[in-house]
Amino acid sequence: MYSILKAEALASNIYLMVVKAPRVAKHCLPGQFVIVKADEVGERIPLTICDYDREEGTITIVFQPVGASTEKFTRLKAGDAFEDFVGPLGRPSELCTEDLEEVKKKRILFVAGGVGTAPVYPQVKWLHEHGIAADAIVGAKSKDFLILEKEMEAVCGNLYVTTDDGSYGRHGMVTKVIEDLAAEGKQYDLAVAIGPMIMMKFCCLTTKKLGIPTVVSMNPIMVDGTGMCGACRLMVGDEVKFACVDGPEFDGHLIDFDACMKRQQLYKTQEGRALLKLREGDTHHGGCGNCGGDK
Amino acid sequence: MGDVLKKVPVREQDPKVRATNFEEVCLGYNKEEAMEESARCINCKNAKCVQGCPVNINIPGFIHEVKEGNFEEAYKVISESSALPAICGRVCPQESQCEGKCIRGIKGEPISIGKLERFVADWARENGIKPEAPKEKNGKKVAVIGSGPSGLTCAGDLAKLGYDVTIFEALHKAGGVLVYGIPEFRLPKDKVVAAEVENVKALGVKIETNVIIGKSVTIDELMDEEGFEAVFIGSGAGLPMFMGIPGEQANGVFSANEYLTRNNLMHAFDENYDTPIVHGKKVAVVGGGNVAMDAARTALRLGAEVHIVYRRSEAELPARVEEVHHAKEEGVIFDLLTNPKEILVDENDCVKGMRVIKMELGEPDASGRRRPVEIPGSEYEIEVDTVIMSLGTSPNPLISSTTVGLDVNRRKCIIADEETGKTSKEGVYAGGDAVTGAATVILAMGAGKAAAKGIHEFLSNK
Repeated sequence: MYSILKAEALASNIYLMVVKAPRVAKHCLPGQFVIVKADEVGERIPLTICDYDREEGTITIVFQPVGASTEKFTRLKAGDAFEDFVGPLGRPSELCTEDLEEVKKKRILFVAGGVGTAPVYPQVKWLHEHGIAADAIVGAKSKDFLILEKEMEAVCGNLYVTTDDGSYGRHGMVTKVIEDLAAEGKQYDLAVAIGPMIMMKFCCLTTKKLGIPTVVSMNPIMVDGTGMCGACRLMVGDEVKFACVDGPEFDGHLIDFDACMKRQQLYKTQEGRALLKLREGDTHHGGCGNCGGDK
Repeated sequence: MGDVLKKVPVREQDPKVRATNFEEVCLGYNKEEAMEESARCINCKNAKCVQGCPVNINIPGFIHEVKEGNFEEAYKVISESSALPAICGRVCPQESQCEGKCIRGIKGEPISIGKLERFVADWARENGIKPEAPKEKNGKKVAVIGSGPSGLTCAGDLAKLGYDVTIFEALHKAGGVLVYGIPEFRLPKDKVVAAEVENVKALGVKIETNVIIGKSVTIDELMDEEGFEAVFIGSGAGLPMFMGIPGEQANGVFSANEYLTRNNLMHAFDENYDTPIVHGKKVAVVGGGNVAMDAARTALRLGAEVHIVYRRSEAELPARVEEVHHAKEEGVIFDLLTNPKEILVDENDCVKGMRVIKMELGEPDASGRRRPVEIPGSEYEIEVDTVIMSLGTSPNPLISSTTVGLDVNRRKCIIADEETGKTSKEGVYAGGDAVTGAATVILAMGAGKAAAKGIHEFLSNK
């Protein structure tokens, strides 16, 4: 069992947990992920690592419930435990493994969308600890969904917060901020965009236009997370890659986001039913004749 | 008393009934049947069956005990050589191993060695008989990577010799392919696999789940920092292969590994579990091995019409005859000498069919099997909503790429000595699919056994 030391809501429907997992904490680097399973019947859920403490042996995860298994996570409190917590999985961000002198020469822009701020944070923090100040754009639907603003502020160069509805910071999507910064004369050699697929897709379209190489972190459907099942395969250019062992970070300009988004829809109906069952017990399939039971 | 030239028939679930459930197909022998079958054994002095067994079980010895009704003794005889008899009795290809060598088989049917082994193991479990932990420990620590058949065997043998063994398992449950790969209806998970894993633990073996060697900790760290004096790598087969044909990324195309893992490890067939699985109406399974049969029979039980699409003819099917027979009985349709060219998708990127081509057999290829050749102009379309690719695997580089001085071959399999399991790195041994590429449970067990011996020799002389 993996004890939960801290559990709190960061924003509307976004949760943070600090979990004791010494083997993961000893080896993980920014960009990697863990697989978490709440109990015997739960799914294996991949979550990107948001922070780690090697001394304390802890990992911080941030998540937004989307189905029954992640909804169950939200019901756990400090003092409870996850049945399974495995990692670190995937390859670390190249920024953390490349020659540091080369990285120092780059002007880097991070673009975080919604809960994607969580996996962006450890990368910016790592760079900060190695004497590199990267700029960051953090976008959220509205002020209520904004997370980790203070933490980001402490570790990045310039921070540009924007909300879709203009309730806080700049007004508009992150892509608009990328364009505005370019118009203001800001120049970048590399962008790292992490967030919902649709946001990464449009970021890549924008950065391609501006000629900025862009790395994205993909979060497709996974089962084992160790390369065994192939559920997370995606096309990168004309090659088939497994996000769990070859990624999760890839050259965003080579990704077919439309295909990836379609793949993510595969279990939507079943996930929705499982979530309803969890929330409403057995009452949701009271004979409407439409859903055909739970599976 | 039946015909002495024939096996005592084993009871099975009716094909029509079992095609709709995940209960075990084969019901096994009862006491009377087991004793009757064992009476057919002529107790050869120079028993060929033992040579046919990769772990050299004293087969005439245990069968003799069964004949006498001494089932506990029979279990002890088997346990000297095998830690997983209830599993082997179910999934070993006996027809090409022990039973294939049986003298009885020359003029009639061989002794049903597999079913007798299963009977003895099941009897022992039901009567609460467990292997005993060794009294003396030698205090030397050995790490075993992977809790599949090779790892469990190696760990069990080393524990019996007094070693302090820890198995590291990447998934959340111990058993490896026995848990994620082989379906419940062939190998019950709680009743059989979990029980035999418990038996290995009863020998003193510790199992740490959720540890990915190469990621959570490296082999070098296990040896340099955690005090392990030797390591056995039994990490299994690896990454699933795909065909590289158009449409393979569509929704509804799965690797057999994924399909089986969802269903076996994650219990997707059981509605109390959260993991979903796609319930296809018409499913094509591409491939002809045991894994393809497992995937096909699983899809059938989930309610689909299932076709095996295989490019050679029935004679070349790599699957065990028994599995092919069971699949046919249950209603799996075999489209032989047929190969996919393209997976057809609808506007939402979901599978709606497959374009296939007829094949014929040409000259033998490097493997000695006649090479399938396309018949020009014979392409046609079949309507399916799910395609399961069962084409084998390629090795997972996680361990080889993170261990200094561990050599791999051209196919990226770890190089290990067949007799001892010794690799290019001192103190590190390997066996099973990580070395050979995808093979059988019993061959992996044989390799685990050989490596246990190799490790014992190495540590005794150190």
